[in-house]
Amino acid sequence: MNELSVVQDLTHISAVNQYLTFRIGEEDYGIKILSVQEIRGWEAVARVPNTPTYIKGVLNLRGTAVPVIDMRLRMEIVNPGYDNTTVLIVVRAEINGDERIASIVVDEVSDVMNARSDEIKKTPGFGDRVNTEFISGLVDVGGKMIMLFDVDNFMKHPDIYEEPEEIA
Amino acid sequence: MSIDMAQFHKVFFEESFEGLEIMETGLMDLQPGEPDNEVINSIFRAAHSIKGGSGTFGFKAIADFTHLMETLLDEMRDYKRDMTTANTDILLRSVDCLKEMLEAAQDGDEADAQRVMDHQDELANELASNGQHQSTQTTVESTPTIHSADSSHGWEIKFIPARELFQSANDPLSLIRELRELGELQMNTHFDAIPDFEQLEAEDCYISWDMSLQTGATKEQIMEVFAWVDDLCELEITPLVREVQVDSNQPHEVALTPNLPIPQRREEDRGNANLDRRTGGTADRRKNDRRGGSGGSSAATTSIRVETGKIDGLINMVGELVITQSMLGLLGELIEEKQAVTPQDIEKLRDGLMQLERNTRELQENVMQVRMMPISFTFSRFPRLVRDLSSKLGKKIDLKLVGETTEVDKTVIEKIGDPLVHLVRNSLDHGIEGPEVRVAAGKTENGTIELNAYHQGGNIVIEIKDDGGGMDKDVLLGKAIDKGLVSEDDVLSDKQIYELIFMPGFSTAAVVSDVSGRGVGMDVVRRNIQELGGGVEIDSVLGVGTTITIRLPLTLAILDGQTVTVGKENYIIPIISIIESIQVKPDQVNRVGGQGETFKLRDEYIPVIKLHEVFGNSDKNLIDLSEGLLVIVEADGEHVGLFVNDLLGQQQVVIKSLKSNYKKIEGFSGATILGDGSVALILDMPGILSLNKKLIKQSKAA
Repeated sequence: MNELSVVQDLTHISAVNQYLTFRIGEEDYGIKILSVQEIRGWEAVARVPNTPTYIKGVLNLRGTAVPVIDMRLRMEIVNPGYDNTTVLIVVRAEINGDERIASIVVDEVSDVMNARSDEIKKTPGFGDRVNTEFISGLVDVGGKMIMLFDVDNFMKHPDIYEEPEEIA
Repeated sequence: MSIDMAQFHKVFFEESFEGLEIMETGLMDLQPGEPDNEVINSIFRAAHSIKGGSGTFGFKAIADFTHLMETLLDEMRDYKRDMTTANTDILLRSVDCLKEMLEAAQDGDEADAQRVMDHQDELANELASNGQHQSTQTTVESTPTIHSADSSHGWEIKFIPARELFQSANDPLSLIRELRELGELQMNTHFDAIPDFEQLEAEDCYISWDMSLQTGATKEQIMEVFAWVDDLCELEITPLVREVQVDSNQPHEVALTPNLPIPQRREEDRGNANLDRRTGGTADRRKNDRRGGSGGSSAATTSIRVETGKIDGLINMVGELVITQSMLGLLGELIEEKQAVTPQDIEKLRDGLMQLERNTRELQENVMQVRMMPISFTFSRFPRLVRDLSSKLGKKIDLKLVGETTEVDKTVIEKIGDPLVHLVRNSLDHGIEGPEVRVAAGKTENGTIELNAYHQGGNIVIEIKDDGGGMDKDVLLGKAIDKGLVSEDDVLSDKQIYELIFMPGFSTAAVVSDVSGRGVGMDVVRRNIQELGGGVEIDSVLGVGTTITIRLPLTLAILDGQTVTVGKENYIIPIISIIESIQVKPDQVNRVGGQGETFKLRDEYIPVIKLHEVFGNSDKNLIDLSEGLLVIVEADGEHVGLFVNDLLGQQQVVIKSLKSNYKKIEGFSGATILGDGSVALILDMPGILSLNKKLIKQSKAA
């Protein structure tokens, strides 16, 4: 391949992003690796009363209180177990210029994969029955469908975020 | 070499906003008639550094605008212009406009050009108008430039730098280079001031210049070049060709230039300015320190200025901490070597740990000190607010500020500002009557609002006291009944009636104005204060006045907490709200209406809140009151008993916000990390109360 064609090839390549893939029940998800701060083992958290059950509580992450969201409960998986593959993915999102941290509970962390932006397919509409607002797209990896999890959108949910209030 | 100027922008904006505040405060202090030169000087200096800075960073519009203000101030300081209320008003409005421009620049925007133009015209007109009055005065001056000052074919510049010019990091050469960019420059350098070699101070500047500059540039542009050194030199700028030529491109310069007595002043003033730097300088810097980090009013600043003394103290303490640490380390090594622990070693270890504890505590206290700032940061905005509002409302109001030096945590300063503004506005609008009404009521024409801050126990108390009409209980009650907030049969105490104004949707103003009376606010005010862990109380006497008392904790970073267990969960109750904790005997408990339980404590029936119910705790090991403990707390002026399983230790806890990564959860003011690394939530009493009310409603509905 001569030099010119290499350059031409490069122009055709669309942005490649890396995703961390994880499993919730039987489903595979991917999360942009730049949104991932760290991965921790499951540990007991302090329950916060009067919040939705999928919010397990708050966790001490080196001195800051971080909400723990069980994605399995969020995806309506009944009675998920907590064992030694259960992990917490500490994720970062930016909302209105503020960085916010949360940790999500998943069954296991699988792999890191690359996905070009032109490989990402739109999420089909499922009507009201299936909640797809946190899924930004689908990627096919070796015949397996991976759903891309949209952290920023997820963390804007009123269950875990509230707009700052000002005095009238 | 290119330097990214943007990295200095933050500092520039921060300093400029501080400058604006100094200007505003200064302007408020100025009495018409006899101006206090020290005050004008401080305003002038603030304007001057804004001008210099904005010029440097390329905010030309701001620099030009400030220049006009500066000129006006300059005339006041030289007694060429009387200090009148009208002038102060123009300057105050200009400060506002300048603030807008700076804020816009900070966001990378342009300010509303039309408004800026209007203000600029206003300033220019003021300058021009007075210039004519005073033509008799100005002719006395030796400088012939005054009447011909717009852009001519060139300028004669006499530049004699002060000896200490280099010490302020100014370089005449760069000034000359800058001048050369404006046009063709010829100069004559004078070396005659250079002394004999033995007397020569290598760091002093002995050289002076006579320059002639062929340029179309205006005098202002030339002044601009010397902006940073104009109090460090004698500067005379005279036109090369005495010919008035109107340049249609620069209408503003034309308007303002008839009155630029700058050369004259610079000479006289040099001594003064230097003197200022020496005598007024320290006072001014202190002022700056106090104004520093005034995040309360300007949203974007988050830095904090700290006295060096406090930092030195911290460093000392850290030093001691290091010593203690190495001592303990050494002890550890020693024991390791010996493979045995003697009683002496244990004694030493205990001493070391004690020292460590003392050090840590001192360090903690001192770090807290760093966050403490005088409440004047918050108070300083009120003179302006009261002045503006009272003239708008046609009332005469004196504002008294007491206890401005009371120190409070920075976060409190930031968050209490808006609620206070709201309360003061209310006092102005609803509290203080108009002059006629006041006189008719046998009061002085001028109403008084007093803001008073002081420490009481571990709290800071802020009082807002007015001598206005007070609140009419019957009107309040009537209104509350109208709005269905209370029923007609309810018997309310005075205090409870006053409390009504904190209910959402309650406003007593007969006429809704843009000042207040929209029925939003007081509830938010109270909520904000409660979020700070404080409370607000109202006391009012009809016809005499109203006092609003705000009580706030000194710091928001730490509180004294009582750890309690509810089921298997740990929670923290702020000790400040705990009255006592008791073991309950079954016969002291009465059931009310089949659901609520009350407890008789001495002569009072106290409702019992079972925390495990409120928190939806599924633990089944909490059934009977006699098995646990009742913590009697005060919330919103009421006493309630919180039923918990057990009391654990008391400790100081560091408050972690839930909002920073999560959201506000009703019933909790935050979280903290316990000694074992686990998280415990901190109870918020008013929140618990309202949670409990909801629970009761739910069970009633069910």
